[in-house]
Amino acid sequence: MNVIEVKKLTKKFDEITAVDGISFEVRKGEIFGFLGPNGAGKSTTISILATLLEPTSGGANINGFSVIADRNQIRKSIGLVFQDPSLDDRLTAEENLRFHARLYGVPMSEYKKRADEVLDLVELKDRRDDIVKTFSGGMKRRLEIARGLIHYPAVLFLDEPTLGLDPQTRAHLWEYILRLKREKEMTIFMTTHYMNEAEYCDRIAIIDRGKIVALDTPEALKKKIGGDIIRMQSGEKEKLAKEIKEKYDLDAKDSEGDMIQVEVENADTFMPRLFNELESKIESIEMRRPTLDDVFLSLTDRMIREEQASRKDAFRAQMRIRGRK
Amino acid sequence: MNLSAIYTIWERELIRYWRDKIRIVTTLIQPLMFLAIFGTGLRSALASSSLGIDFLKFMYPGIIAMSVMGVAFFSTISTVWDREFGFLKEILVAPVSRTSIVLGKILGATTIAATQALLLLILAPIIGVSINLTVVPELFLFMLLLAFTISGMGLLIASLLKSLESFGLLMQLLVFPMFFLSGAFFPLTNVPGWMKLLSAINPLSYGVDALREMILRNQISQVEIAKIILRSPGANAMYLVFFSFILVSAAVVAFNRRN
Repeated sequence: MNVIEVKKLTKKFDEITAVDGISFEVRKGEIFGFLGPNGAGKSTTISILATLLEPTSGGANINGFSVIADRNQIRKSIGLVFQDPSLDDRLTAEENLRFHARLYGVPMSEYKKRADEVLDLVELKDRRDDIVKTFSGGMKRRLEIARGLIHYPAVLFLDEPTLGLDPQTRAHLWEYILRLKREKEMTIFMTTHYMNEAEYCDRIAIIDRGKIVALDTPEALKKKIGGDIIRMQSGEKEKLAKEIKEKYDLDAKDSEGDMIQVEVENADTFMPRLFNELESKIESIEMRRPTLDDVFLSLTDRMIREEQASRKDAFRAQMRIRGRK
Repeated sequence: MNLSAIYTIWERELIRYWRDKIRIVTTLIQPLMFLAIFGTGLRSALASSSLGIDFLKFMYPGIIAMSVMGVAFFSTISTVWDREFGFLKEILVAPVSRTSIVLGKILGATTIAATQALLLLILAPIIGVSINLTVVPELFLFMLLLAFTISGMGLLIASLLKSLESFGLLMQLLVFPMFFLSGAFFPLTNVPGWMKLLSAINPLSYGVDALREMILRNQISQVEIAKIILRSPGANAMYLVFFSFILVSAAVVAFNRRN
């Protein structure tokens, strides 16, 4: 059964097409990852699904409701955890939950039971009456997740849920997300640009320049790469790439800095050949199994990375750090 | 419209205000500073003037009205901030109407600003004004009305404001002129036409006029009071109701369109 169905969704802002006719389905109980660099159309898609923006054409259904026609029903059907902190940090954890429950029309008799349940899930029960300001970044995120669940949504949207958190907290947060899927069979739609986190997803859609360029399980996507990855550092990488093309008919791709990389079926036997036969200078070489980063690079020809931040973005990042402390 | 949503947003404003003790103290200290510095300084300079009343007493109701404006304005304009980086986003995706959000916000700011103004009445004995308890309900009603009007204006501006940067400019070009042209510091009975006109479109001036009449009513003679008052409280109330209707409706429309 599909919880989200997106059909030929398009959003144009004046001249720019932010989302370009994308279609996909999210099945009940799965973690669906939405991957792409900044400006690829992730946030626009989420905003449309959350009824904050209207699509230019095409449409989407969540839980059987249309994002265009049944806005209030959609809003009741989804839980949202934003990229930027959106808790009121002068209120207690419990007050944040209570206000949310009231805005979403959860009966107060029902609320108490649900508050206990969601606080239990994210292990914040003993902090329920503390002011949110005193919480750590990870605790705030967990509380936001709890809040997003209190009206029993059909799907939970997590927009870059681990952004701005330290690695340990990130791993910890993932335990809660996976527990949510396991114990509550919650459908989760998330965006991220941490490729190692995308591995936790059941299926991944890779979006670039407004289009979905791939959609499959992480394993299947990695298999598409073929074999292993060899990465070489060289001061003359253009010459090196040309030589590899001539000698082995392999397309070398630009990687970070003065590195290039090629995909080969079996690196163990291929590397000695490179050493013996290449004339171009190689300063260093490494071999590894493909990761989602490689999938992304091979599909979009670019690294997933932060593009130049506008002033507002820079400010926002600063606020985020402050909010998460 | 959704009463439970309005109530929720209103309650949040109140809890936030109550928890922010520093803000409570500073918004009480600011009027005190005005009274102590401006009041005392100008009082000696104006000793020989024909005001017919001690300057500190003259200024006191105006300062209360200014405090209403300051608090109401600040509480609503913070929405700009909230929209970009905070809780407003959470409210905006909730299944409640924009109109409920606007009304909850405005009523929250109104309650806070009027309550704060009521607190300033405890300064009366220090200034030498004795306030009859029977006039307090009337005063509070006016404080609410003025706060409601200014909150509507604040939220309207917050919805129209394009960027956070324009906030500073706005303070310079709007808030200070509104303070100075409110009649808080000098009577508007005897000023040039252009100033009369600007004061007439300044909602704050109606609040100052009304509060002044009510607070000083039993302090000085009817003749004296007529020299510094423009309108009866009833007339001021009507103007304020008119202003609040326009501003709050405009705020609802602008907020709906913006978000």
